[in-house]
Amino acid sequence: MSEKVWIAGGGVISGIGLDVPACIQSFRDMQPGMAAMQYLSSVHRNTFPVAEVKADNATLADMARMPENISRTALLSMIAAREAWQSSGLEDISHYRVGFVSGNTVGGMDKTEDFFPDFLANPRGGRLHQVAHHECGSITELVADMLGIRHHVSTISTACSSGANALMYGARLIRNNIVDVVIAGGTDSLTRFTLNGFNTLMILDQQPCRPFDDTRTGLNLGEGAGYVVLVSDSLAAQLQPWCRLSGFANANDAYHQTASSPDGTGNYLAMKGALDMSGVQPQQIGYINLHGTGTQNNDVSEGIAINKLFAPHFPAMSSTKSFTGHTLGASGGIEAVFSALAVKEGIIYPNARFEHQMKELPFAPATTFSTGHDLQHVMSNSFGFGGNCSSLVFSKV
Amino acid sequence: MNIYINGTGCISPQDTAQGGPLLAAPREYEQVRLATVDPDYKQWIDVKQIRRMSRVVKMGVAAANLSLEAAGITLPDAIITGTAYGCLDDTGVFLTKMVNQQEEMLTPTAFIQSTHNTVAGQIALLLGCNGYNNTFVHRGFSFENALLDAIMILKEGTAKHILAGGMDEITNYSHQVLSRFGIYKKAPVKTMELLNSPDTGTIAGEGAAFFALGATKDPGTVAELTGVSTLYKPLWEGEVIGHIMKFLEEHRCTPADIDLLVTGRNGDIDQDEMYEEVAAALFPDHAEASFKHLCGEYPTAAAFGLWMANAIIAEQAVPEAAVFYGRAPQKINRILLYNHHQGTHHSFVLLTAC
Repeated sequence: MSEKVWIAGGGVISGIGLDVPACIQSFRDMQPGMAAMQYLSSVHRNTFPVAEVKADNATLADMARMPENISRTALLSMIAAREAWQSSGLEDISHYRVGFVSGNTVGGMDKTEDFFPDFLANPRGGRLHQVAHHECGSITELVADMLGIRHHVSTISTACSSGANALMYGARLIRNNIVDVVIAGGTDSLTRFTLNGFNTLMILDQQPCRPFDDTRTGLNLGEGAGYVVLVSDSLAAQLQPWCRLSGFANANDAYHQTASSPDGTGNYLAMKGALDMSGVQPQQIGYINLHGTGTQNNDVSEGIAINKLFAPHFPAMSSTKSFTGHTLGASGGIEAVFSALAVKEGIIYPNARFEHQMKELPFAPATTFSTGHDLQHVMSNSFGFGGNCSSLVFSKV
Repeated sequence: MNIYINGTGCISPQDTAQGGPLLAAPREYEQVRLATVDPDYKQWIDVKQIRRMSRVVKMGVAAANLSLEAAGITLPDAIITGTAYGCLDDTGVFLTKMVNQQEEMLTPTAFIQSTHNTVAGQIALLLGCNGYNNTFVHRGFSFENALLDAIMILKEGTAKHILAGGMDEITNYSHQVLSRFGIYKKAPVKTMELLNSPDTGTIAGEGAAFFALGATKDPGTVAELTGVSTLYKPLWEGEVIGHIMKFLEEHRCTPADIDLLVTGRNGDIDQDEMYEEVAAALFPDHAEASFKHLCGEYPTAAAFGLWMANAIIAEQAVPEAAVFYGRAPQKINRILLYNHHQGTHHSFVLLTAC
């Protein structure tokens, strides 16, 4: 079980860019992706800013080379998964035993919610093709089929930690010699279902969100997809991998269906478990990509757990959700790509709009973009509903 | 390293929750939509919570508890679930209100309970389990991937006892929509005659089955979970046959070592043809048992099939209601469970008596 698993590449599409270089440029330029809703149709259009991918479905379908009428979730997934594969240098996919493990939270809900009004009016109403890909797994298969992946396809749905758990499962598939390569991450498009759901929880900020700021009042939803390409030790020897996935852990907070425990039990256990697997001491972590949603509850629980584990040596940290919004099932995948790239290029990402120190915490997030750091180890946190908490550690060697 | 099934629990359209001999009094239905026989959920869940919980959460929590009780475990090290559809009922409730109320005045309960990881999260919450917690939602592989994840983690040695299960529910909405895709029989059939049906279409089912898996066996353990494998979109039956041969080989056995074949025949004449081909090619004289006439067709029905296979090993007999073909040998040592969902998702589970 000790075989090393490497990150050979990554792809991201998000509210701050249609590919990885565009996203990095947005961080460099301090250009967050939140704006008034342009593509999602909702009565809350003028109330809640969101970080939409700045392209309509026709444009995305062109980029994905897929039909325009399929779920936006699949289009986003396809674009990021293809970028990830192309960045890996692996070339012909049919030469390898490949797995595709993708997280998402609501599958083809963007189409189902268009189907539903007609269906509610008449059980024979609504166009069936709109619900043909409602299932989370169906979204994954649309992309796997397009990429030509058959050895292993799987979908994980653990709310906001789905993408991170996809990396864990993918790494285990490689360690157990089931496949040699796994494209792992997650995807989610904005839907009225999730927007209204988060609105009922009263955790949406009507302004651009302020993660880890004392005045924070909630999160902004985003959309996108992010995947890494995980490869076995033997394949990595033929490539120039970005870094290694050295540790990961998943724990359950077992406190409340949606809220985090005040002392961040699950968060702490996930981070501690990931460090233990990687064999890294807390002070060796150079940067943490925070879950950092900007809700009162998450940031204080996550912060307290970090304080408990890392004090007094706090690494640089930031929430890239201050740029991309909370992309739910995609966030673990998107932030895994950002974290892996942080190791490769020594990047510390900025936390936008941080002004006021949280009174509960002795540390503050980084507020400017910088490169050239010697980051040996980077941690990425993803915590979600259902108490699902996951942490990943990326290491230089 | 061996992985053992130390306890099982099942909520299904049969009386599987109450113990006793396997399918002693099978329930026969004459309808295209089967519903679970619900046990008294108060055994495991607080009355106030029961009212708020959807059926899939209740059946999942109950089956999980039954399997832990059977294994004598109060707190597993990990909880892994598989569900293709997730929490359809709460999803439907929230969607309906969202549409009817034009996105205004909505309440959070249905949304909170609509996420696919609700069952795994609720089990963790009720048990106070801080361990690994994961939910697979991949159509006809949801349950199998949960089993595979559990096996890989047990082999790593980071967990000793893992609770793994599969569950799906039917709702009025889901049944209406799935019916429009033409996957069910047009007219009710007697379930005990389903597998001899001369036409296409199957019957809808639902249920939850959980397994307490461990790296060590208990005194009451009857079966070892020898292997799990999946095959996605095979191009033709030869690929399925080749996959089974390779799967058996990996576990150092041949078709001759299989004492009983358990198949996911569902009464759709087109879909059942694959089972015919596989049986004819590899298991021409083998006894065969089936289960979807008992639990109905749904993406995680293989969990019911595995529950039944484990019980057959425990009793060393195939109950009359499950027999499809032939007579199993005196000693049932190895069972191969072969299921496919809609011809695209094929899965194989090998059980060995211990």
